[in-house]
Amino acid sequence: MSEEQIKNLEAQFEARIARDEKIEPKDWMPEKYRQTHIRQMSQHAHSEIIGMLPEGNWITRAPSLRRKVALLAKVQDEGGHGLYLYSACETLGISREELYEQLHTGKAKYSSIFNYPTITWADIGAIGWLVDGAAIINQVPLCSTSFGPYARAMVRVCKEESFHQRQGFEIMLKLAEGDPKQKEMAQDALNRWWWPALMMLGPTDDKSVHTAQSMKWKLKRKTNDELRQQFIDQTVPQAELIGLTIPDPDLKWNEEKKGYDFGPIDWDEFWQVVKGHGPCNKQRLNARVSAWENGQWVRDAAMAHAEKQELKSNNKAV
Amino acid sequence: MKKNWPLWEVFVRSKNGLEHRHFGSLHAADAEMALENARDVYTRRNEGVSIWVVESKNITASNPEHNGELFEPAQDKVYRHPTFYDLPDEVKHM
Amino acid sequence: MNTNLYNYILGLADNSLILGQRLGELCGHGPTLETDIALTNIALDLLGQTRSYYQYASSLKGEEYTEDDIAFLRTEREYVNCLLVEQPNTDFAYTIARQFLFDSYHLLVLTELQKSTDLTISAIAKKSIKEVNYHYRFSSDWLKRLGDGTEISKEKMQEAINSLWTYTNELFLPTEAELAISESGVGVNPEVLKAKYYDMVQNVLEESCLETPESKWFQKGGKQGIHSEHMGYLLSDMQYMQRAYPNMKW
Repeated sequence: MSEEQIKNLEAQFEARIARDEKIEPKDWMPEKYRQTHIRQMSQHAHSEIIGMLPEGNWITRAPSLRRKVALLAKVQDEGGHGLYLYSACETLGISREELYEQLHTGKAKYSSIFNYPTITWADIGAIGWLVDGAAIINQVPLCSTSFGPYARAMVRVCKEESFHQRQGFEIMLKLAEGDPKQKEMAQDALNRWWWPALMMLGPTDDKSVHTAQSMKWKLKRKTNDELRQQFIDQTVPQAELIGLTIPDPDLKWNEEKKGYDFGPIDWDEFWQVVKGHGPCNKQRLNARVSAWENGQWVRDAAMAHAEKQELKSNNKAV
Repeated sequence: MKKNWPLWEVFVRSKNGLEHRHFGSLHAADAEMALENARDVYTRRNEGVSIWVVESKNITASNPEHNGELFEPAQDKVYRHPTFYDLPDEVKHM
Repeated sequence: MNTNLYNYILGLADNSLILGQRLGELCGHGPTLETDIALTNIALDLLGQTRSYYQYASSLKGEEYTEDDIAFLRTEREYVNCLLVEQPNTDFAYTIARQFLFDSYHLLVLTELQKSTDLTISAIAKKSIKEVNYHYRFSSDWLKRLGDGTEISKEKMQEAINSLWTYTNELFLPTEAELAISESGVGVNPEVLKAKYYDMVQNVLEESCLETPESKWFQKGGKQGIHSEHMGYLLSDMQYMQRAYPNMKW
């Protein structure tokens, strides 16, 4: 194809997206669109399955049977969401094994927030409330993103996610209205998770490299800073409702902008964690790698059995 | 040996009377496992009463490049649709 | 309170709880995402059954005794699950072997309990048997895959079966509660299930190209509250919050 032809196709392609048409896997698409989508969807999928680990850390220690089943179901859902997103990725011609390979070798990124440890039960509440809360803000707009398989996966994810944040907030609520020790545990978790949750919404707009392009392709509907503001504005009253204090001395309602002003975010910490120096980066990756490696003989055996069965039924047919 | 589990497409009937609808895909070593995995992955919230699985490689798909010749010719056949025909208002329900 | 009935229910419930707890450890670490999700479904079924049983048991005890008090506040000697379910997740072969050996038993017990003269127990059994039919299908299918699959998988699967075999006989040694409760038609005397169980298991092992172990020496004790060394660690995880923060609501 000549350069002019490609330009022409690209123009038509962008026009389709601008008209809110969906792009499906076999449609012609610019190489950059394909690569960007593989990158974003796989990062998203990796975040879901790495995200199983910090919360999975408390399944065996959940304080009641009701909490145990809810947490188990929630962590399982995250596995399901990872699966839907890997599948969406695979429609673009890359296999799940290749995507795992990228994760395991550190080539692919995942959400940095999961590199923080869950050290008390209240952390499970804080993750559901804050981390899932921030995730939902990010995810709901993706239900109408331009790439069909991604949009469909996100519709399913958002539908299932709706109980996750409620589950987390309910944990916090119970702690906050409980014994002083429980309330202290809840406040401590909020103190530790608040800032990482804000960072989770991504670098500030002036530092964000992908925003303009992503907006055009509807991978983003709002900028990181807008999402962060939205998250803070909706979360502060929830904290007040249950009598917990947001750990930010600069937090103040700004009547003019009808939103909260907030203190500076420690972006050094964010970039350190992204680079692999968070408290749990190694541990998280090792857990995934060893699950995969320990499962190799199982996957091989299932495949070998399937092949033998097929051979048998073919022989019968002859 | 380094053979990965193939990809399967999953179709679920959410209740009797409705058609099977494409729900998504998954990996499995054989058809039986694909069916079980589909049950475990896609019907956890009571979404189905029947499941079909088919290995993705067995699906033949039309090529979007041919959409012009395949689908556009149907666009101007307005006489296939009931609204093409003018009837007096007195004739209800036809 | 009918102590035999109470203890009988605990026996049923503790098996489901402890196996559910073991499977819960695996969530996020399965050989594939699909298998991970499937095992968690089994864990959730088992924990659901546990809650139904404990809620019934706590209603027998009356007052303010809750399902969580029963689940979390007993000493190790007071748990009456069989030794089989508390065995660790050594590898996927052990997980499948433990599941298969338990599911086969569980299925037979629930089949009988559907006919229980105690309406709560028969209702729980009728609901649970559908779940357990699926567990059995899942674990026996995997047993066949791993037994037949590769040299390595066959070896691992056989080793797991051999080493867990020693815990199977205990399933059929009746406790005092089981004896008493089976006479009244509420429960089942496990002795009557034994021959059928070993037939059933042997058939699937054969189909899976695996040997049925010949060992005649069996471990026992779990159902009397005398557990393996693994149990204490399992409980210290499980009870951690309730012990560290007594009398609080979660």
